[in-house]
Amino acid sequence: MIPVTTQMALLRLAAAFVLAPLLFGVINRTQALFAGRKGPPLLQMYFDIAKLMRKGTVISRTTTWVFRLGPIVGLSCVATGCLLVPFAGLPAPISFPGDFVVLVALLALMRFFTVSAALDTGSSFEGMGASREVQFSALAEPALLVSFAVLARQTSALSLSEMFGQVSVIFWQQAAPSFILVLAALFIVFLAENARIPFDDPNTHLELTMVHEVMVLDHGGPDLGFILYGSALKMWILGALIVNIVIPIHEISVWPDIFLFIVGMLLLAVAVGVVESVMARLRLLHVPQLLVGAVGLAILALMLMLGA
Amino acid sequence: MEAKPIPDRFLRLHPNVKALLRDVPVLAFDRFRDTFLSQVASGARVSAYFASPRGDGSARLLAVLSQPLSATLAVFAADVGGSYPALTPDCPKAHWFEREIAEQWGVIPLGHPWLKPVRFHASYAPNRDAWQRRPGDPIRPADWDFFRAQGEDVHEVAVGPVHAGVIEPGHFRFQCHGENVLHLEISLGYQHRGVERALIGGPDARSIHCAETLAGDTTIGHAIAYSMAMEALAGIRVPAKAQILRGIMLELERLANHTGDLGALAGDVGFLPTLSYCGRLRGDFLNMTAALCGSRFGRGMVRPGTVRFDADRQRIQRLTEHLDQTMHDVRAAVSLLWDTPSVMARFEHTGALHREAAAALGLVGVAARACGLEQDVRTDFPFGVYRFAHVPVSTWDTGDVFARAWVRWMEIQRSYEFIWDNLMALPDDPLPPLPPEAEMEPDSIVVSLTEGWRGEICHVVLTDPAGRFAHYKVVDPSFHNWFGLAVALRNQQISDFPLCNKSFNLSYCGHDL
Repeated sequence: MIPVTTQMALLRLAAAFVLAPLLFGVINRTQALFAGRKGPPLLQMYFDIAKLMRKGTVISRTTTWVFRLGPIVGLSCVATGCLLVPFAGLPAPISFPGDFVVLVALLALMRFFTVSAALDTGSSFEGMGASREVQFSALAEPALLVSFAVLARQTSALSLSEMFGQVSVIFWQQAAPSFILVLAALFIVFLAENARIPFDDPNTHLELTMVHEVMVLDHGGPDLGFILYGSALKMWILGALIVNIVIPIHEISVWPDIFLFIVGMLLLAVAVGVVESVMARLRLLHVPQLLVGAVGLAILALMLMLGA
Repeated sequence: MEAKPIPDRFLRLHPNVKALLRDVPVLAFDRFRDTFLSQVASGARVSAYFASPRGDGSARLLAVLSQPLSATLAVFAADVGGSYPALTPDCPKAHWFEREIAEQWGVIPLGHPWLKPVRFHASYAPNRDAWQRRPGDPIRPADWDFFRAQGEDVHEVAVGPVHAGVIEPGHFRFQCHGENVLHLEISLGYQHRGVERALIGGPDARSIHCAETLAGDTTIGHAIAYSMAMEALAGIRVPAKAQILRGIMLELERLANHTGDLGALAGDVGFLPTLSYCGRLRGDFLNMTAALCGSRFGRGMVRPGTVRFDADRQRIQRLTEHLDQTMHDVRAAVSLLWDTPSVMARFEHTGALHREAAAALGLVGVAARACGLEQDVRTDFPFGVYRFAHVPVSTWDTGDVFARAWVRWMEIQRSYEFIWDNLMALPDDPLPPLPPEAEMEPDSIVVSLTEGWRGEICHVVLTDPAGRFAHYKVVDPSFHNWFGLAVALRNQQISDFPLCNKSFNLSYCGHDL
């Protein structure tokens, strides 16, 4: 007999796997609302993935197995990452001290294989995209790690489940400034890692300006489906980190908790849509500055926490 | 002792007025060169500079320089054999023209710094090719050496001819150092249809359609230029109402394209609201064009001597209402751009071109005015209704993407006012019937100039002894401006290229003809 908490954890995991692509639908609908358009259906991402899964693949003769490996390893990494992240307060299916480092490493591994696959094509576009992606993520990663350090310090816990399990209203009362700074840093990382405006434009067709999108130009069919689904899961994971902090109420009972959490995720998607509607992309030259700013915010939060 | 300067010799010609070909002075090449350079030094711009073949195998160079101060054109010629010393080293404006001359007639401009074909087609002159290609050799666009930068960390990026968006084909070769562009070389010619050659022997039933489709988004601009040349050659007077309607059509074309461009600029920086609204509003302006003539691009409206569709009170009333409503929305959508700091941060200082560079390269239209150059055919060489209704020249002096966007916005407002005033001034009486077809003047030359939405459009028509087209030369504004885009990209971020490109928004088929 599986314990109840594990059952619930698995249930929420299933929710993540099912609901993640919905975030894109919400973002697109929000943008459409701002632009006075009707927008694509909320479930468009599901249709796209389903369509891609039924398609064949065309693979460039200049590529090797490295190219094939990119989407597969990428999806496996984020799927594994989902097992580590607690949703709606209750512990994740897998939890151990230091698992947040593993989560960051999994995201890095995903990136490594995506970048390798891009370089494997030998295309100058994909090379430029890979170069940009690596440069930006080298700055986004410290911001994420320092943010975890703040949470670990505040909660005196070393696993994601314990950290987020303990974040509560009391903590907010004790260390609101630090939390706000961490949230800001995490939101910047969230936008950068998910290739959203102002860092990247997921809707553009201009190869020369792309960061993430250009690296996967050569992938098609199920491979592209894997990539799309992988990016949805990645957005869900990083979004969950934010929502877990913003909505620390997880003592009511399981179902309302889950409901609140999902509402929180959808609101986050709305927030992304709003950001994308009211501002333009940054000049590529200025992207590192904003990311360094995120690292700065996280470090400041840590210093406040240590001083308290 | 100082030598007394020899006065320049040329035919002083007004735009849209015919002259006899024998009145165009044929100079010795040295005189041609001196006249060309001294005219350019005194502020003349190169409106057209081309070669036409002569029976004996030699080619005749013909220069049409426009002198805005006196609102006249200087036309002069020189006969050359297989080669002549290039003017480009002394006059960068001639760069593209001399490459075109070499490609079309196999006449080599000696000492040209970068002699490559511009459109990649076989030479028009039998058995003479500037690059010794044999007849029947395959000629593929962009199949040529490119300017290359060398050194550590220098890499080359090739874009096109097939692009990700629904746009025309063109090949762009970047020499980059990291994200920095050292040099951009643009290779066109994929859209070459041979329109100029197809027009020879005209005018016939097909000619006007060739003119209307020289550049699809500039239908009215080119159709007016063509018609004015025909009217000058055949001595046709255009009724006032038709002139006003042409002006309204030309400004509607400008409104539609400028509005679309501002939306596209917003799209390139990922600013979605303006992108979506302007896309719709461009459609509104196109629909107004359709309300006047039945075609959203103004096809079939402008014909030599007239316009084909009259406008009655009721139609004008509806048009004015639609125009006001649309303009209200454009104002709201476009002011979002200027009020959003993140958009301005992308527009300002991106792709800046100095006033001196723009003048030296001979840029025209919005791109030139955005560099602070006050040049606009509607003011400098007024034609049609613009002789009576003045449109102020809109300029800005920073030369960057912002300037090109801002000049467009100013022109949108001026065009709106122009259309509004002229709709009110439109006479009530119906268009008079078309006068019977007149004979075209034989052995003549006429140069027509109009200001399309991109800039100066120049058509040069030479007739033969029977009054048919012996040579038809079209210079689309894009022909002047493509090289300006390449220069504007130097030391820019390669990721800013699409934005710069959109801010120029040049025509591929207008260039390739």
